[in-house]
Amino acid sequence: MSHAAESTLPTKLWGGGRSPFNVEYGKLMMWIFLLSDAFTFSALLISYGTIRYSFPPAEVHASIPFGSHIEMEELHHFFTPSTPGAELAVGVQPHWPSPDLVFNHFPFLHGHHLPLLFVSLMTFILIFSSVTMVLAVEAGNRNDKQTVAKFMYWTIAGGIGFLSCQAWEWTQFIHAGANLQNNPFGPVAFADLFFIVTGFHGFHVLSGVVLNIVITSNVLKGTYERRGHYDMVEKVGLYWHFVDLVWVFVFTFYYLI
Amino acid sequence: MSNSVSDTMHHDDHGHHEQSFISKYVFSMDHKMISKQFLITGLIMGLIGMLMSILFRMQLAWPDRSFPIFNTLLGKWATDGHINPDFYMALVTMHGTIMVFFVLTAGLSGTFSNLLIPYQIGCRDMASPFLNMLSYWFFLTSSIVLMSSLFVQTGPASGGWTVYPPLSALPKAMPGSGIGMTLWLVSMIFFIGSSLLGGINYVVTILNMRTHGLTMTRLPLTIWAFFFTAVLGILSFPVLLSGSLLLVFDRSFGTSFYLSEIFIDGHALSNAGGSPILWQHLFWFLGHPEVYIIILPALGITSEVVATNSRKPIFGYKAMIGSIMGIAALSFFVWGHHMFITGMNPLVGSVFMFITFLVAIPSAVKTFNYLATMWRGNIRFTPAMLFGIGLVSLFVTGGLTGIFLGNAALDIPLHDSYFVVAHFHIVMGSSAIFGLLCGIYHWFPRMFGRMMSPQLGYIHFWFSLVAVYMVFFPMHFMGLGGVPRRYYAFTAWDQFAVWNDMNQFITIGAIVGAAGQLIFLYNFVYSIFFGKKSVQNPWDSNTLEWTAPVEQLHGNWPGEVPKVYRWPYDYSRPDADSDFVPQNVPDDVVPAEWAGDPHASSNGHNTSPETDAKKEAVVHFSWFKKLGLRLGVL
Repeated sequence: MSHAAESTLPTKLWGGGRSPFNVEYGKLMMWIFLLSDAFTFSALLISYGTIRYSFPPAEVHASIPFGSHIEMEELHHFFTPSTPGAELAVGVQPHWPSPDLVFNHFPFLHGHHLPLLFVSLMTFILIFSSVTMVLAVEAGNRNDKQTVAKFMYWTIAGGIGFLSCQAWEWTQFIHAGANLQNNPFGPVAFADLFFIVTGFHGFHVLSGVVLNIVITSNVLKGTYERRGHYDMVEKVGLYWHFVDLVWVFVFTFYYLI
Repeated sequence: MSNSVSDTMHHDDHGHHEQSFISKYVFSMDHKMISKQFLITGLIMGLIGMLMSILFRMQLAWPDRSFPIFNTLLGKWATDGHINPDFYMALVTMHGTIMVFFVLTAGLSGTFSNLLIPYQIGCRDMASPFLNMLSYWFFLTSSIVLMSSLFVQTGPASGGWTVYPPLSALPKAMPGSGIGMTLWLVSMIFFIGSSLLGGINYVVTILNMRTHGLTMTRLPLTIWAFFFTAVLGILSFPVLLSGSLLLVFDRSFGTSFYLSEIFIDGHALSNAGGSPILWQHLFWFLGHPEVYIIILPALGITSEVVATNSRKPIFGYKAMIGSIMGIAALSFFVWGHHMFITGMNPLVGSVFMFITFLVAIPSAVKTFNYLATMWRGNIRFTPAMLFGIGLVSLFVTGGLTGIFLGNAALDIPLHDSYFVVAHFHIVMGSSAIFGLLCGIYHWFPRMFGRMMSPQLGYIHFWFSLVAVYMVFFPMHFMGLGGVPRRYYAFTAWDQFAVWNDMNQFITIGAIVGAAGQLIFLYNFVYSIFFGKKSVQNPWDSNTLEWTAPVEQLHGNWPGEVPKVYRWPYDYSRPDADSDFVPQNVPDDVVPAEWAGDPHASSNGHNTSPETDAKKEAVVHFSWFKKLGLRLGVL
């Protein structure tokens, strides 16, 4: 958009010759892309719901004290494992496992029952990285290059931290014997959906980290300082918050419910 | 981006840079060139799709005859001059995929959104020319991947264009379920990428980059149609992306999202928990908006062409916008009407049925408005206008059978019969093709600076219209007679022998129609190079694309972009000297209270009796008198 046009900016919002939302095209594109990506995730989560509720819900189990010492084997009677080749009895379906009992590990505290503690830590890290992203965008509005760079580092660190946690959790789950065709905790669909939904989200986080690194290197090179504005930081910020928001839904639907 | 010569510094007013062949014709970021790339790729895909339909129609009409041409064209798939049944299914599948996605989505919306959005809203190019270029290259990649599946050993995908599991989810289900199906999915993922890149660009360009004075209610209806087409694509294609992702995992990594309790030779596969119906839901959540992605641009093009060539303001401009919005909104709530036979809850079925019927309202509003626009207009029967009228005819014919099929009680017996084939080929296949052709005839001068031969256009139109009705009208009766679709031959059933003659008649109709398209092809290619040179505004049209010079400039307009003072449908204004007032003519040239702007009066008609009388005097030529003259010419 030319600068000449801005000097004679028409006053009517929708009258043409200006953006009705006062945003330049890139930011609007990011919003619309996020809208479409929301539909991508919605489709996955709706598929998840459809499949999950075709199985009987998790059996009610006696509550296990938080942090109590427990071995994996002791939990086995809560699960109806699925393995390929097992005779399929029509009409009899394994119970959907309770995520509390599947995801109850924490690094260095093996053998303790710590339901959803690790995934809560992951969630905290990701949400915290959104906070640092907000601070980076805010510093960008003040054209404060050093502060933008500082908070972008923190955001990147948060993203990498989240991805590392996810890698640990996947490893933990896979070592327990889960993969796309096998699930010791219940229906294979539980493992399939776990890998697809968190994997697709993790892919978004990874893309976000790569974008953040590219943008941060531009910040350091002074590209945006010369340009006079840090809009690009704001655009990756939008994406980053969206990825964060999606995780809130994944966390709620997959772990909490 | 532009390989400018040394004097870039004094950047002339035309914004015209010298470009190398590669950056001008191949990796072009100019919306006009990208539009031509979309058009030509789309037309090539259209020819391939048409050829496939002729091949399987010949097989269907003469199942006992051997055609050496089959062997020549298809090699091992037709060794004895008969098309192998597996390959027959593959041809049907590929024909559907090519026509729906590659011709009528990318070829129609891609071409005209790219050409007309920047021109008609008065901006120099798309918001992001780079993403626009990527959109084309994703589309081309997707076309090439799909075409490559014709050459793999087990043949292309053959489970129908809707690729329902389990045929699509089990790689060994049938030959076409193998690598051909994988290529289909890869192609579709590229296609979704192309559609999203294009759609986001179109929406943002329309919202952000309209020229001074071009309010939303002064936009030509083409732009409104492209806008909602893009919105539909942005919201529905991602769902197919997710669905395809799950299908890829089912096929290649052993998951069971769409598979459950499959028994082969008495043995159960280990797949459990999934549901093939889930794919149908995800697919049709895209699939139904997709058919409106196809028809809306065609309707937008028709609105523009009908108003221009009737020399009258479009009737009910705001009603037209409302009906586009209505169709777009309803399209997300009717996908279940493709799935009445899946055993859905009758209550849910009734809801889908009711919402489906509601679609008839905006559709009827549009049809009524086209007719009312033509009513007593000063009609110019250009080839584009004929195709526009043809579209209205097909839209009515096909729309009426849509009301039959939207009714669950009728759909259950008619499902998967030739009645369905007839319905959708008329209402969204042929009529969108007519919209595409209408747009090509109308904007050919804008695209190539030359005119197409109208005489050949008339011949092409009559061939096409007669062929469409010859081919698809009898199919209604076949469907009512219980003839199922996607059958290779009906020789095994005596009760279908009665339809043999009809099948031959339909195939002859298809061949006649295809011959007509060759006339078009000749006209198109010949006119690009040797057509009569066009004047700047050959159709005396009001929209901004005709205010740009005939030769295509990088940046579209020399000097400033035009400003807009009125809506685009100021045709036959009694106070104006000519029968059209382009949008960039300032208000002081004609008195403001006459402005046909919908803010002043909803459809450009004026309220005082004396002005009505004046208008009568101008619109003196009744349209059927002109029709008579035109028929005399023919």
